[in-house]
Amino acid sequence: MAITIHFFGSLVDITGQSKKELNILRDTDSLNLQLQKEYPALISTKYFIAVNQQMIKINRELNNGDIVALMPPFSGG
Amino acid sequence: MMADRDRYQRQMILPAFGLATQEKLLAAKVLIVGMGGLGCPVLQYLVGAGLGHIGIMDADKISLSNLHRQLLFTESEIGLLKVEQAAAKMRLLNSDVTIESYPFNIDQSNALQIISKYDLVIDATDNFLAKYLINDACLVLQKPFVFGAVSRYEGQVSVFNLAQEEQSINYRDLFPEAPKPGEVPSCAEAGVIGVLPGIIGAMQAAEAIKIITGIGTPLYGRLYHYNLLQGQGFEIEIAATENRIEMNEKIFLENIYEENEEEMDIPEISISEFNRMRALPEVFVLDVRERHEYPPIDFSDAQIPMSELQVKMHEIPDKEICIICHQGIRSVYAAQQISKKRNLKVYSVKGGLTAYFK
Repeated sequence: MAITIHFFGSLVDITGQSKKELNILRDTDSLNLQLQKEYPALISTKYFIAVNQQMIKINRELNNGDIVALMPPFSGG
Repeated sequence: MMADRDRYQRQMILPAFGLATQEKLLAAKVLIVGMGGLGCPVLQYLVGAGLGHIGIMDADKISLSNLHRQLLFTESEIGLLKVEQAAAKMRLLNSDVTIESYPFNIDQSNALQIISKYDLVIDATDNFLAKYLINDACLVLQKPFVFGAVSRYEGQVSVFNLAQEEQSINYRDLFPEAPKPGEVPSCAEAGVIGVLPGIIGAMQAAEAIKIITGIGTPLYGRLYHYNLLQGQGFEIEIAATENRIEMNEKIFLENIYEENEEEMDIPEISISEFNRMRALPEVFVLDVRERHEYPPIDFSDAQIPMSELQVKMHEIPDKEICIICHQGIRSVYAAQQISKKRNLKVYSVKGGLTAYFK
């Protein structure tokens, strides 16, 4: 029972990886909390969360095999 | 104007293209905001495609560090205005196209007036303030815009405000508020590989052509992320925000799009002052660059990346703090944050390591 998390942009530097597998957690709020505990720099970083390539705005239940993405804003041009 | 059949022959023979579609391009009006890494390829492809009326906006002059990604410019043009050089060259490429150049940056006082003259806006800017300003101005005027941004080896593209209705997806659905200054490093600080804005800019030009001609499916409501190193794309469907910030002309004009972090004056020190101070025992040298940034230095007492500063504030000792970063931009923001939270004497090293190694 696992979920895959993809990190993008500066979040790769914070977490030291672009992809991570985690044992399944109840929902996206608990996942976010666990990641912020493991990588405190995430707390002061802006990003949004997507589950199975759909952006989420409120807490969402997680299922086995879900692909979660954490996407920060880019501003360069 | 009749489309020149020879010039556009290769695209006019495409299925679903033809003369009528070419005429749509010739009649269209597009504003490109920013004539840098993204803006150059956008402009070149739109002029090539025969997009009839193009506005280009940028206050900057060409510099040597632009040339690895802004291939429209040459060494002999260093110091000249980007929009003027770009316009002159594009007139040579395609005389069907009318180019209007605006040699200044977009701001609250000019955005509505200029954008209202165009059908579509391309955001090829390099900072969040401009991106939010373009987003909001396009909401006020109900104009679609093609968003693009790059960082190091990754890029993002999307189309916003295309549906022009209440639930039309815009940039604030992704990130409702702009990150604070210094929170996200710019290209000058984080770096960017030259070919990347070429790819993202060409994608923005493709989206503009699709929107104007009606061929294909625009990236509206979808954020496309491209990772050059992995050669991988990742697409995310954007969700509309439930309680939107209302946007109209009055709100737009009263909004604040400046870096107005309670202006706290941070003393900036020169490299020679820094060299004198860092030898003193009561001085603590703090490097606020991210861990991957180059080059490593051996004269700092600690490294706390800007992204970790808030949570590691307590690790800073009760000394006089000299803060250094790559260019001396983030170090000012870091100094402001530290002096807000801790009652310490803080200094920012002017010009950062770029000045130090000069």
